[in-house]
Amino acid sequence: MFRHSQIKIGHLYLALFLLYLLLPLGVMGGASLNDSRFPTVYPWMGLTDKWFIALWNDSRMWGALRNSVVVAIGVVLLAVPTGTAAAFVISSMSGTARTILYGALIAPVLAPGAVIGISTLLFWAKLSVPPGLHLSVLGQVSYIASLVMLLVLARLRSLDASLEEAAIDLGASHAQVLRYIVFPHLAPALTASAAVAFFQSMENFNITLFTRGTSSSDTLTVYVFSMVRGGVTPSINALALIIVSVTLLVTTTFALLRQSSKRP
Amino acid sequence: MLIILPNIALIESSFRPYLPLNEIDGPRDSYTLANYQRFLSTPVGFDIFGMSIDVPIHLRIFITTVLYSIFVTAIILIIGYPAAYYMTKTISPSNMAIFFIVLTVPMWVSEILRSFAWFTILSFKGPLNALLIEIGVINSEVRWIRGYYGIIIGLVYTYMLFMVFPLYSSMQSLDKNQIEAAQDLGASWWRTHWRVIVPHCKPGIVSGCVMVFMLSAGSLLVPSLLGSPNSLWFTQTIQQLMLEALDWNTGAAYSLLFLSLCTFVVVAMMWAFKVKLSDITN
Amino acid sequence: MRVSSHSRNLVPQAISNSADPEKPSEGSVELEHVSCRFGSFRAIEDLSLTIRAGEFFSILGPSGCGKTTILRMISGFIDPSAGTIRIGGEDVRGKRANQRPTSLIFQNLALFPLMRVWENVAFGLEMRRVPRSIRRKRAEELLTLVDLVGAEDKMVSQLSGGQRQRVAIARALAVEPSVMLLDEPLSALDLKLRQHMRAELRSIQKRTGVTFIYITHDQSEALAMSDRVAVMNKGRMLQVAPPHEIYHNPSSGFVAKFVGETNVIEGKLVRIADGFGTVESPLGQHRARVSHNVQGESVALYVRPEHVDVSRQRQGDNAIEARLQDVSFEGSFALVKAVTAHGHVFLVATDNNDLQRLPSNTENVYLHFDEQQAFLLQSDREQCIT
Repeated sequence: MFRHSQIKIGHLYLALFLLYLLLPLGVMGGASLNDSRFPTVYPWMGLTDKWFIALWNDSRMWGALRNSVVVAIGVVLLAVPTGTAAAFVISSMSGTARTILYGALIAPVLAPGAVIGISTLLFWAKLSVPPGLHLSVLGQVSYIASLVMLLVLARLRSLDASLEEAAIDLGASHAQVLRYIVFPHLAPALTASAAVAFFQSMENFNITLFTRGTSSSDTLTVYVFSMVRGGVTPSINALALIIVSVTLLVTTTFALLRQSSKRP
Repeated sequence: MLIILPNIALIESSFRPYLPLNEIDGPRDSYTLANYQRFLSTPVGFDIFGMSIDVPIHLRIFITTVLYSIFVTAIILIIGYPAAYYMTKTISPSNMAIFFIVLTVPMWVSEILRSFAWFTILSFKGPLNALLIEIGVINSEVRWIRGYYGIIIGLVYTYMLFMVFPLYSSMQSLDKNQIEAAQDLGASWWRTHWRVIVPHCKPGIVSGCVMVFMLSAGSLLVPSLLGSPNSLWFTQTIQQLMLEALDWNTGAAYSLLFLSLCTFVVVAMMWAFKVKLSDITN
Repeated sequence: MRVSSHSRNLVPQAISNSADPEKPSEGSVELEHVSCRFGSFRAIEDLSLTIRAGEFFSILGPSGCGKTTILRMISGFIDPSAGTIRIGGEDVRGKRANQRPTSLIFQNLALFPLMRVWENVAFGLEMRRVPRSIRRKRAEELLTLVDLVGAEDKMVSQLSGGQRQRVAIARALAVEPSVMLLDEPLSALDLKLRQHMRAELRSIQKRTGVTFIYITHDQSEALAMSDRVAVMNKGRMLQVAPPHEIYHNPSSGFVAKFVGETNVIEGKLVRIADGFGTVESPLGQHRARVSHNVQGESVALYVRPEHVDVSRQRQGDNAIEARLQDVSFEGSFALVKAVTAHGHVFLVATDNNDLQRLPSNTENVYLHFDEQQAFLLQSDREQCIT
């Protein structure tokens, strides 16, 4: 049990911690509504929507957004099956072989994105494949698939082996066991990993930067990056505010849905 | 058995993209050596712990990147540890769900926006300067994005949660009675942490530190956005080689160096703290 | 427990401060009008209690009755909302758990899994900055005391349940507490080991002279070990008395029913004379002792199963006509279930040797009990004890 004074210190610390985490995002978003030439919330010059309009009219942004979504969908389609398959293989192994394979499979999660990007670029260049968004997809898949594998593996571990045995005992074939026992059990993990894969791909910068090729194939992240470097206008803040709001909305709905489904 | 064979092929193909490094460095040996020599060329003055020695410029960048990444990891650990501790101890489980949603918002918002947020705050005409001038702390605008300050601030913010989550989950598994038993036996606050809580959380601490170090050292966005011309990160050097100088071979050599460093850090940490790989990624 | 002469010699020096005759009250614990609330929930209401130095004191009650709260208030993990707690005559308000002369043994023991056995035992000394060599020596002495010689360098995970128990006791004793607080530490053990550890705890307590405050919901544990037992329910102390007193002369229906098996006859009080009362119920009129105040005429008569006899003929006044239903063999004795014509169930404990001579379940029998061994209490039906 905690004493009241300690609880107070704890809450104070956590409040400051949250403030530290959230205030920068608030400032960034807020700056987009300020009628100032620079992205700032202070001094406040009055409310404006002109930066949103400027953003709306920016065709490069729309192109980048389209590219991002295309890449992300490609990544989801490739990474989820690959990662799931890898998880199956890992879970069916044991001993040193498992440790080695496990290490090899999760290495991309820990390896720096820039290195993955470069190696992807070099490998395909050797095979005379030009850089472009398709390479971005492949590069991203190599580490996102590992993330998927970790998520699925965690879920697989909770699957009661006796369930599988019971099903086989009742005459189910291996395919039927997969279809009726394993996949329904994995479904939440698969959904979650698809979502994670999508978001990870959307926000990926390091790999994309090296593999995307020409500047016409910007993704949203790369676009924001080049805008910030090239001279900032608050329309970037407007974009940031939109992204923050969308993520907030999606995560909250997701969390609420999960909460309500947990309650019987 | 039915699934194993086709999947080995799948896995193999998913991992082929970064095997080629060896292929490139392998058959063309003469190239490789030249590339590594370049790493050690162009000596410049380098101040370290008050001593000035001549060190090749790229090596210097490499070392500063590593040192600053360690520094960033330490700051994150210092800020994140109490946060994780108080999260476990003072937030009731019913409030935890909401707290978690709020906490994870910066995590879901992409890395670029997290650094851009600080770019906005720290910019020359930004809110921080305006506010500080207004309340009279400073007289004229301060260039915050100078040297490595901006990078450190940005990295600490960007990767904070990668430390807090592993810490939190390892602390959560600690039996509350352990803490009380220690206190009951006369342990002070500090000693309870040192002898009971920290040893228990060791896997969480190590995995948090490894993650943060890797992400910081490997970050390209944060140093590019919040750095200045005189604060180069090693990833930026690689990027310049690859995309501006188009010297892919040197770039590859540097990447390999960098990758070995990362591997070395992970292995060293795991060995030093007797933590298994599976503990880190979980 | 095997007590070697060596370990017996060790005791006075091991627990030097509590054996000091000049401070006889060092291990006493007094609670004065203590209350404890968590939000709107009243865990403890205006509770006063004095525990004497060197006493083995048990607090017995159903789970959720507030007994753990009392322990945690004494050890300093919870502050009482009102009232005063004194340990050794000293008000401990504001003193934290790590400043109080108490040692707590947790229900799950809370041994430190990452430390060796001796490091666990010496943890309290380490916190007091005792040099390592002395710590090691003290740990060895204490492990001898609890009969665990040779386990010093093992990890906690290598020990059996009973051995862990001993480590926990040694660890708590190492800081030379004047009061030991035990929170159902035996509940995780199997029956055999539990009975063995009871005797061992008792013997350690006698040898060290430290005040033991023992929390349990197991009445047999409380009765077997304690000098005095406090029975609690819903945040209140119902009775504080030596075990035989609690068992033979409970102050309320709840105590009577919670401590041991008992038969109840609810009825109307007809008269009281010379310390005996007569109850009228559908089963007839019966007499029993009245040792606690009885108000009103709604009363209940309690009689323990071992005080009831079965015979074919009616003998004397305190008799009930019934039919035997079934017998459950309990080892050293047998419990016989008897049912009256009204459906009232009585339990009778009989010697195994008498089992052969029991009447069959087709004939009517008479249940008898001595008015000295039965007792009358106010009926607690309205209080609705759950």
